[in-house]
Amino acid sequence: MSEADTPGVATAPKIEELSSGRRTLVLNMGPQHPSTHGVLRLLMELDGETIVRCQPDIGFLHTGIEKEFEVKFYQQAVTLTDRVDYLAPLSNNLGWCLAVEKLLGLEIPPQAQWMRVMLTELTRLNSHLVWLGTHAIDIGAMSVFLYCFREREDILRIFEMFSGQRMMTSYFRIGGLALEPPRGWQERVRKFIHVFPSRVDEYEDLLTNNRIWIGRTRGVGTIPLDEMLDLGVTGPMLRAAGLKIDARKDAPYSSYEKFDFEVPVRAENDVYARYQVRIEEMRQSARIVRQALDGMPAGPWKADSPHVVLPDRDKMKTQMEALIYHFKIVTEGFRVPEGEVYQVIESPRGELAYYVVGDGTARPYRVHMRTPSFGNLQATPRMVEGTLIADVIAAIGSMDFVLGDTDR
Amino acid sequence: MLPDPLREQALALAVADFDADAVTGGKFDRGELTLEIASAKIASVCGFLKYDQKFVRLSSLTAVDRYPAEPRFEVVYHLHSVEKNQRVRLKCGLTGSGPAIESVTSVWRGANWYEREVFDLFGIRFLNHPDLRRILMPDDWEGHPLRKDYPITGARI
Repeated sequence: MSEADTPGVATAPKIEELSSGRRTLVLNMGPQHPSTHGVLRLLMELDGETIVRCQPDIGFLHTGIEKEFEVKFYQQAVTLTDRVDYLAPLSNNLGWCLAVEKLLGLEIPPQAQWMRVMLTELTRLNSHLVWLGTHAIDIGAMSVFLYCFREREDILRIFEMFSGQRMMTSYFRIGGLALEPPRGWQERVRKFIHVFPSRVDEYEDLLTNNRIWIGRTRGVGTIPLDEMLDLGVTGPMLRAAGLKIDARKDAPYSSYEKFDFEVPVRAENDVYARYQVRIEEMRQSARIVRQALDGMPAGPWKADSPHVVLPDRDKMKTQMEALIYHFKIVTEGFRVPEGEVYQVIESPRGELAYYVVGDGTARPYRVHMRTPSFGNLQATPRMVEGTLIADVIAAIGSMDFVLGDTDR
Repeated sequence: MLPDPLREQALALAVADFDADAVTGGKFDRGELTLEIASAKIASVCGFLKYDQKFVRLSSLTAVDRYPAEPRFEVVYHLHSVEKNQRVRLKCGLTGSGPAIESVTSVWRGANWYEREVFDLFGIRFLNHPDLRRILMPDDWEGHPLRKDYPITGARI
């Protein structure tokens, strides 16, 4: 690469540059600070205990996933999406599959759609539980973590039952699901969803009226709503600022329009309001899971499209045609028509969008992931500048970012 | 001039009304509206869309490398209007030698990191950007990994 191609490359933020004429202290938080939940580095210039300037430094977890997409078959790329946001793998699977299915014009059978909704909502519970547990630990409420991980374990076991994997599930495939839903899944999910609302009550018992919790979170980390929109913040942060925005309602996908649920909104716009929004979202997700469980349609769990979807195993062993399709799909993938789509879904963290450009071959020409963490994290300086250093932990915890999601 | 398929799109007409030379092409495909914008006009068109057409959110900003075709780069903007529950995609073509385009950080502050990312991974410069430096790759990295002529494997020589 010649010098002419890389003009204007600046160097790393120098600590001296941050200091103004005042006698300030520069504090480097991270990248290995436990409460940054990953490898985030915050350079903070302090005046006493007040933050004068904050400069986030990201990219420590950049793995070039978008480049990797370009050399994978569409179906293979499902496994990459798990690893973007490792706390909500199924949401990413869903976003990718929906985008490619939109390019293909593929119709997904009802059972697969409902199953996707149910598992994505369980993913939301999983993600919110990890958020609540770690956020509470950051602020000093140790025991909440243990409660949250108790339920999370149940959810991971359900994922394992469906896909054989606890975290990197890759259970959604282009055209439907990866495997037939396992025998006895209904009982397992029913048992979990029966106890879960009472478990949310337990978390609330520990925190909602807890004076220390309220003292640490009320009035902390506020940003005016219009600035949040300007900065690209999405998800529960906007809903905690009074804006009713949720892709599941605004542009329903995967038959979300058939489910009855509320979008919780709070007006206070602080860390406590974000906590309340996410707690209520857990209750609403549990409602959706219950509806999906009770109303699960019968029928096929993958689309009838032999060019795209792998044939059943028994057919493959007895029918020549199925064997040929299997061989073709595995060795050369399937061709996706030229075009581009922007598929938006509501991940636990906010707006997740897959921009997929197809060029008529079996591999995507370009994939861009609009990840919620990247947008949300950009608001950090605005959120913490002028506040106390002790509030930084509460403020960035309330954003619920995942660094894998930020850096990709 | 507005291409014929876009004449039914109110938003395309509004942009053409605002600046007759701004829209150079576009399409309405799979329920998504794409407008191709003359790259010199991008900042003013974005300002118009934000303040007059209520596209308060820049959902994402990225680029596509069409190497070896010319214009080589497409800078892609996805805008979202919360009020109208509508989305639109804007595209600007850029030449392969010394690609540069006006920054939209003056319209949406959130464009800052997205433009830094595109600069980092594609080597497209954004003029009047307040803090244009690499964001994901190390600061001393050479080359721009998402370019099509950047190999995915192999040792650096």
